[in-house]
Amino acid sequence: MKILVCISEVPDTTSKIKHINDNKELDKTGIQWIINPWDELSLTRAIELKETPGSKVESITVVHVGLQDSEPTIRKALAMGADNAIRIDAQPQDAYYVASQLAKTIASMDFDIILTGLDSADFNGSSVGGMLAQQLDMASISAVTALNLEGEKILVNRDVSGGTQTLEVQPPFLATVQKGIAIDPRIPAMRGIMMARSKPLEVLEATNEVTPLTEYVSYEVPPPREACRKFPEENAKELAHALHNEAKLI
Amino acid sequence: MNFELTEEQKMIRQAAKDFAERELLHDVNERDAKSEFAGDRVKKLAELGFLGMMTDPKYDGGGMDTISYVLAMEEISKIDASVSVLMSVCNSLVNWGLETYGTEEQKEKYLKPLARGEKIGAFLLSEPEAGSDATRQRTTAIDKGNHYLVNGTKNWITNANCASTYLVMAQTHAEKGHKGINTLIVDKDTPGITLGPHEDKMGMRSSDTHSVMFSDVKVPKENRIGEEGFGFKFAMQTLDGGRIGIAAQALGIAAGAFERSLNYAKERKAFGTEIGNHQAIAFKLSDMAVKIENARNLCLKAAWLKDQKQPYGYMSAMAKQYCADIAMEITTEAVQIHGGYGYVKEYHVERLMREAKLTQIYEGTSEIQKIVISRALLK
Amino acid sequence: MTILVYTENREGRLIKAAFELISYAKEVAQKTNARVVALSIGDVNRDELMKTANYGATRVVTINDEKLSLMDNKRYISVVAEVAEKEQAEIILLPDNTTGKALTPGLSAKLKAGLVSGVASLPQSYDPFIVKKKVYSGKSIANVKILTDRKILTLPSNSFGVIEPESNGEPQIEEFTPDADMESKINLVSMNKVTDKILLSEAEIVVSGGRGMKGPENWGMIEELAGLLNAATACSRPVSDEGWRPHSEHVGQTGKVIAPNLYIACGISGAIQHVAGISSSKCIVAINKDDEAPIFDVADYGIVGDVQKVLPQLTQAIKAIKEA
Repeated sequence: MKILVCISEVPDTTSKIKHINDNKELDKTGIQWIINPWDELSLTRAIELKETPGSKVESITVVHVGLQDSEPTIRKALAMGADNAIRIDAQPQDAYYVASQLAKTIASMDFDIILTGLDSADFNGSSVGGMLAQQLDMASISAVTALNLEGEKILVNRDVSGGTQTLEVQPPFLATVQKGIAIDPRIPAMRGIMMARSKPLEVLEATNEVTPLTEYVSYEVPPPREACRKFPEENAKELAHALHNEAKLI
Repeated sequence: MNFELTEEQKMIRQAAKDFAERELLHDVNERDAKSEFAGDRVKKLAELGFLGMMTDPKYDGGGMDTISYVLAMEEISKIDASVSVLMSVCNSLVNWGLETYGTEEQKEKYLKPLARGEKIGAFLLSEPEAGSDATRQRTTAIDKGNHYLVNGTKNWITNANCASTYLVMAQTHAEKGHKGINTLIVDKDTPGITLGPHEDKMGMRSSDTHSVMFSDVKVPKENRIGEEGFGFKFAMQTLDGGRIGIAAQALGIAAGAFERSLNYAKERKAFGTEIGNHQAIAFKLSDMAVKIENARNLCLKAAWLKDQKQPYGYMSAMAKQYCADIAMEITTEAVQIHGGYGYVKEYHVERLMREAKLTQIYEGTSEIQKIVISRALLK
Repeated sequence: MTILVYTENREGRLIKAAFELISYAKEVAQKTNARVVALSIGDVNRDELMKTANYGATRVVTINDEKLSLMDNKRYISVVAEVAEKEQAEIILLPDNTTGKALTPGLSAKLKAGLVSGVASLPQSYDPFIVKKKVYSGKSIANVKILTDRKILTLPSNSFGVIEPESNGEPQIEEFTPDADMESKINLVSMNKVTDKILLSEAEIVVSGGRGMKGPENWGMIEELAGLLNAATACSRPVSDEGWRPHSEHVGQTGKVIAPNLYIACGISGAIQHVAGISSSKCIVAINKDDEAPIFDVADYGIVGDVQKVLPQLTQAIKAIKEA
């Protein structure tokens, strides 16, 4: 069984987000780039599955669409435990562009399970996975919170509107995953960091046949919230009245 | 010259930071208050390979350089020096000593499980009456033909309880003075070894510190490291490298206190503005930043010399003395910046201040470092 | 022009988000001279479907097919795409919930229709078609232009609001049998329905607890207040990581992102990751003993004090108001 994990690169959660060039671009100064947290969890789960004694998982490949400066992020995925990596050499434009690049590359490859993060910490679009599955004409399962291999069976849990479900799925399929699939992202071990250097990272040319469907025209900073109105500890009653009379929420 | 870290070095620093923030931060104050050892977390740290990170992969270690080790030590120490001291003893004293001076059989038997992090090591040099003056070893290792018989007491031993492998300095030929000292590899569960109670310390309270008593403990001859009488030299050589670890620890304590102070100065308001806007605080922060930058450069230089196989004892003494002393200054200032909050446990800086004090004392006091530095100058 | 609204039902009842989407569609329709068509998949009776007219739908396409009882993304995408083609929909609206997240990306790729998810306000302009959405976990807002003729938007629950119903006569209801590809590779093993609780993703009021609650044994206080307010319960990441509460309740960057009208944060310090999950809430109340806690930077109302003392008092005070 071969697993493919799609990873994207996003600013670290604690990074300050500012824009330059007439608010048309992200100011990249001082930003630390990390593996998108959802993708990191999906990779963590793939590694856990591979490490299980008697596992049927033969290999974990990570794939990323980005320019050369994103290679440290890919190396980290290899240090965590992926076996090999593919970088599609293109500047991401929108989710459809990224999904199309991925689809063109993956179409000729053979994977049983493709994992993508349900969301991403940059454009928060929740889009690439579903678009990719559609382009590959592959079954997709969204909002996955667990992925288990039990004998010949592949079982996944997912959130649906109004509950949770356990499904049995036939490969190949694509799952967009969220928290629960793994709890904490894998911290790379010394051995993994040392080995990451020598693991294969293949760079593939992007296709110029795809065009984005959307364009990020400009950005603005969200208006600051008004100052907090604080009540003394013993005055919960006043707060309740403010919520009732002022905010009219209760 | 090149100040740029490699991709691996950055990754190791991040891994150490992630580990400390995820695994250690949430109960560090609680463990400190209760003097509780973080055994489960140490196990995870070991599984990640941090305890044998510098050992050659040939002996199952991580094969990382000393610079990576300094970066990792700094990050862990920002949050929990009780854990980083364990890491320092394992890496720079026990593993390095065994790898550099042990026989192939000793490495096979003792170093490999240590480097894999399956076992923990301890370094038993200090005695009730032999601290800075380590030549005055009262612990004896009498030559009984095919084994040594060890008797005596060791003090302030880090990892005493959690370790399986002890490196013990003991006097075999008292008449030869420090040239009669041997270093022996001793299994902790050898009959005749007992531990004193967990030390109730000022800081690093959750590190595993005990005195260790030896009473007619038999140690096989093949467990001696190096030639007969090599023990003192072994200890001194090992401590030269150990100083880099403790210097990085002190740096981490200082940097942790600084980062907390900087955040606090940006948030806390007094006289109508964030306190960082008051020059009294701003200048303190500026002074701290300069000292930390200096300290970090000294640590990295000592580590770089070691990695380049150049003499580093002089530089590691400088790094240890400077980092420990500025850690004390910076943590004290950090408490001052935090005001009343700095004096209560929740804000971490009072703990960091207590931890800083120890870095001026162990693995060679600041005064001992000055002796090393000045002797090298006046030679 | 047609705006197609995916109206989701639960146990045969249209969910509130469905009416919210129709309300939004109606506003857009008035500006673009369009008609609003509701699409319903599942066993929803005629009376229920009629309600869509009150909010602005003039036509309902309803599909009740046994094969669609299980949400198979591929099948659903085919069906929605088929209806969109048939109705010549130019704008397709779905809720920004698990259903929307499951269907819209595939739909976008299938129809080559530009997708923007998490749109909380009316379009900034229609030609070019530009909408606002939060990006970088709420730290920035982007103006996104959709370059295709056909557009897909998802709306977060509670963001736009339901515009009060008015009677608009009867919608034209068409029962439709899709011609979509019905092959499926997934089988349902078990389903765990959440029926007795308010869904966190849809709740108008959320009561949430953090590490300051001290332990799972103290959650009775959270649940009592939530029960009183008809609210969902949530928690911060450390709480779910410690296993005090299930991961499904974790609100924050890697957990659920919610936008209730009222969010009550009890003993939550407000780490940046947590704030990323709640910053779209209309009103935030924080109870925390630390006056400097960052949660107060985003809160509208706050009490600096011990949550264990404050929370029961707040519950009592609200109870008194409710009873009055």
